[in-house]
Amino acid sequence: MRTWLRLHWLSLVQSLARLGRAPGATLLNVLVIGIALALPLGGYCVIVNLQSLAGNVSIEPELSVFLVTSATRADIAGVEVKVRAAEGVKSVRFVSRDSALAALKRDPAMTEMVATLRDNPLPDAFVIGLASHDPRLAERLQGEFRALPKVAHVQADSAWLQRLGALLGFGRTAVALLACFLCFALVAVTFNTIRLQILTRAEEIEVSRLIGATDAYIRRPFVYFGAMLGALGGVASLAMVFSALRVLNRDLEPLASLYGSAFSLEPPGLTGSVAVTGLSAALGWLGAFLSVSAHLRRAR
Amino acid sequence: MSIISFRQVSKRYPGGFEALKQISFDVEPGEMIFLTGHSGAGKTTLLKLIAAVERANGGTVLVNGQNLSVLRPRAVPFLRRNLGLIFQDQKLLYDRSVFDNVMLPLLITGQPHREAARRARAALDKVGLLPREKADPVTLSGGEQQRLCIARAVVNRPAILLADEPTASLDAEYADIIMAMFRDFNQVGVTVLIATHDRGLIEKWGRRSLALAHGRLA
Repeated sequence: MRTWLRLHWLSLVQSLARLGRAPGATLLNVLVIGIALALPLGGYCVIVNLQSLAGNVSIEPELSVFLVTSATRADIAGVEVKVRAAEGVKSVRFVSRDSALAALKRDPAMTEMVATLRDNPLPDAFVIGLASHDPRLAERLQGEFRALPKVAHVQADSAWLQRLGALLGFGRTAVALLACFLCFALVAVTFNTIRLQILTRAEEIEVSRLIGATDAYIRRPFVYFGAMLGALGGVASLAMVFSALRVLNRDLEPLASLYGSAFSLEPPGLTGSVAVTGLSAALGWLGAFLSVSAHLRRAR
Repeated sequence: MSIISFRQVSKRYPGGFEALKQISFDVEPGEMIFLTGHSGAGKTTLLKLIAAVERANGGTVLVNGQNLSVLRPRAVPFLRRNLGLIFQDQKLLYDRSVFDNVMLPLLITGQPHREAARRARAALDKVGLLPREKADPVTLSGGEQQRLCIARAVVNRPAILLADEPTASLDAEYADIIMAMFRDFNQVGVTVLIATHDRGLIEKWGRRSLALAHGRLA
């Protein structure tokens, strides 16, 4: 166990020394890896932020059925029975005009406006959850409910949200694909970097094997090197994303304030940052591992 | 039991060249033995088979009781740690000091650094290179480089020492010094196998010898 630890410690020190010995090459490699990771990471941040923006509103398909303000209790009960009986309806929630006004009063932006009202202008309404996302269902029910007595207006709330949801899904897939390709790129970059290192140290590797070095011993300093290169690249990509989001947020602030929102793009949190660094270290490790293994196979 | 045992061993290289044909012999523990023959007779190939650098195409090679034809690749490094190899082309590493060259086998086996340094110095002392431990191997003379190879080969205290033409590039006087070192190691129990084309050496030291000619034992 102590021997094992000692062997690992030696490799670690060796790899660090090698990183430090060629600062120019190390910096370039770290930048390449950093940029390759920053692209999908930045894209992912934007998507996640937009998603949380959209996530505040339910993405379930819904219809709102507004009744005429003169509707009586009996009218309401009549509509409810019809609405509940309709095919494709999953849930029905009644929002009385009083509770709608109360909800409006709770919104600090609206209190002032509501206070000026003499009587309640809001209608009674049903919020109806639909059984499927099928737009034909929403269209059919919209027509059906509009024809009911005492119904003033039927509104499909969720169409734009569905569109946004679909768009975000598309963006997520695109970012995931990009991430996959660039992960390959990262593995390729470390593979090649390590290959060059192996070439300059081929003699040492050959002699070491002849005097009893195991494959693991040969591999160790290289995979440490690859993992460190990957980790540094991960840190570089985080630095790039953090500074890019900062710049973007400065431009985003006036835009968001036009919509009365304090929306800004949040950078990845601690867990995310650690995960990114860990992932890129693992990919660097993999690239180095494959590179050394390829060399050892050739040399055998 | 023999420490090295060849039974009907053949080695054919890709391309069809038959380096060894049906070789059989035994080496007893603690023996010092010469392997002779003209260049191209198969001496180096035979040493490579013992160190599992090459694999035999037929027959059985036993080293330290291990059958090398069924030895898994993973086990090869541990076989080699029991061998001291002195290569014809020396294979010194010129990017590090004399001391670090001798340290290499000890670091590979994961020896504690202080103990490794002590043993490396002891090995250098034995071959008379201790005063030059910080030197660059390039600055050593041919004989000194050969001694450095010996120090590296014996630092792990191997049971078997294999030397491929260790005196080829040295004058007679220096060759004697090197041979005396091998004799000293042999006297403390190390089995020594020396490949050489120099018949004078064999006559002078009077040990058993195996003569190879065109891949066969004469």
